[in-house]
Amino acid sequence: MKLRLTKIAIFLAALIPLERLLWKAFHDGLGANPIEVITHATGDWTLILVLITLSITPLRQITHQYWLIGVRRMVGLFAFFYGTLHFLTYIWLDKFFDVPEMLKDIAKRRFITVGFAAFVLMIPLALTSSAWSIRRLGGKRWRRLHRLIYLTGILAVIHYFWLVKADHRKPIAYGIVLSILLLYRVGVWMSEKASERGKQLAPAASRAEVTKA
Amino acid sequence: MLIRNLGAIPSSEITPKTTYLNRRNFLAGAAIAGAAAVTGVAFRDLADLVDPSLTAQANAKIDGLQKSPFRTTEKETPYKDVTNYNNFYEFSTDKYEPADLAKNFKTRPWTVTIDGDVKKKQVLDVDAIMKMAAPEERIYRHRCVEGWSIVVPWIGFSLSELIKRADPLPKAKYVEFTTLYDPKQMPGQRTSVLQWPYLEGLRMDEAMHPLALLCFGMYGEVLPNQDGAPLRIVLPWKYGFKSAKSIVRIRFTGDQPLNTWQQANSREYGFYSNVNPNVDHPRWSQSKERRLGEFLKRPTLMFNGYDQVASLYSGMDLKKNF
Repeated sequence: MKLRLTKIAIFLAALIPLERLLWKAFHDGLGANPIEVITHATGDWTLILVLITLSITPLRQITHQYWLIGVRRMVGLFAFFYGTLHFLTYIWLDKFFDVPEMLKDIAKRRFITVGFAAFVLMIPLALTSSAWSIRRLGGKRWRRLHRLIYLTGILAVIHYFWLVKADHRKPIAYGIVLSILLLYRVGVWMSEKASERGKQLAPAASRAEVTKA
Repeated sequence: MLIRNLGAIPSSEITPKTTYLNRRNFLAGAAIAGAAAVTGVAFRDLADLVDPSLTAQANAKIDGLQKSPFRTTEKETPYKDVTNYNNFYEFSTDKYEPADLAKNFKTRPWTVTIDGDVKKKQVLDVDAIMKMAAPEERIYRHRCVEGWSIVVPWIGFSLSELIKRADPLPKAKYVEFTTLYDPKQMPGQRTSVLQWPYLEGLRMDEAMHPLALLCFGMYGEVLPNQDGAPLRIVLPWKYGFKSAKSIVRIRFTGDQPLNTWQQANSREYGFYSNVNPNVDHPRWSQSKERRLGEFLKRPTLMFNGYDQVASLYSGMDLKKNF
């Protein structure tokens, strides 16, 4: 029950950036260059939601708030939702479905190339987000597939870093947060490796303990 | 009328170093009187314009505007867009912020140092500069390197008017413009996103081209702070960043100046930075632009449609000299 209320609250909260954009759009509030504002806002929120998704596992492990895993899928899907809006803004509002121009962009402009890749990599994750898919793929394979989100995060930060003219402070800030989240995982992985090795080195001792018990 | 006008000249510009200025100002005053006789400038209004206490408040009207032949018939961009969407990194890298951050920017007293390879090194008061020639209204297209454009009715006169009076030496091949450095007033300068102070430069023949505008107003009014008050240049055939704002120094030199954006990234920003749909920015196409207020992009024109500057670059490889 509590989880359900939390989920509803997060669902509504995640819609706020979109509501704000729509409200501004209907109240002449998007300023001199509305398409630029929409592009930046949807891009920002995609990246923020990817980072929030990536922070759920560390947060759950550190705080032992195990219910957090229950909201991860929704946050991840919202990241995909804003990523889709960002992509649609580009193909519809910015390029107005000029396909040759877009293909040229994707091939020639490296910030578009990595941004496009970051988005494309999210598609299989969104498609396999259901419980049915997890059962179908098996937990191990599903988890391996969903590590693609790390790559999405890295490419998204590079996309942002490469598109700004001179002021790299915001992409660097996102990059630092992403690095912390990824380094945490590297740390966990290394300590698991170390403890595995420890078990292998002293199998007799542990067996002895088991028999004693 | 003349005497009254001279009375409005701030004493700050009459420095011992530049005593000859008196004669200059007298001549400038005479020129204005002549222009006024023709155009019906009310001297009271002109005096208002140059009175420091009055010009300190933004948006004072500029009267007696000459109609310049340099005026596009394209629709002017709304004033609120031109004053709320500004690339002015001295205040912020966010285009929506300079309008607020520049609110209390002090544009008086303001002097411009003229030095380098020039016969008459001098420090001029901005109000004296504004009186050097009759103010003209010129409606220019303005194209940002980022891919958006606006149409603005600027006010000023040809930069050549000032250069002629400064009397550069034959060895002066370039003109360098320096923007004010004052981190107390310009919060963007407290970070090093660019090297401060902001520098821009022109080749002498570019600077002397009649299209190059020395600008102190727009939309019939004194230049708003966020648009480069009190004095800027406007070069409609070049990307917007070439049009230096809030100028405090004009230096004549034999060497090509290293403009700030070139210094920041010479692969992406050159010295010339002429609007050119055939030479892309390394990271994005320059073939199209979005005119603010329009949905579909329009094709970008060579030299932003100002073909009369083409002869300045004849024989030059504009792909190399971008």
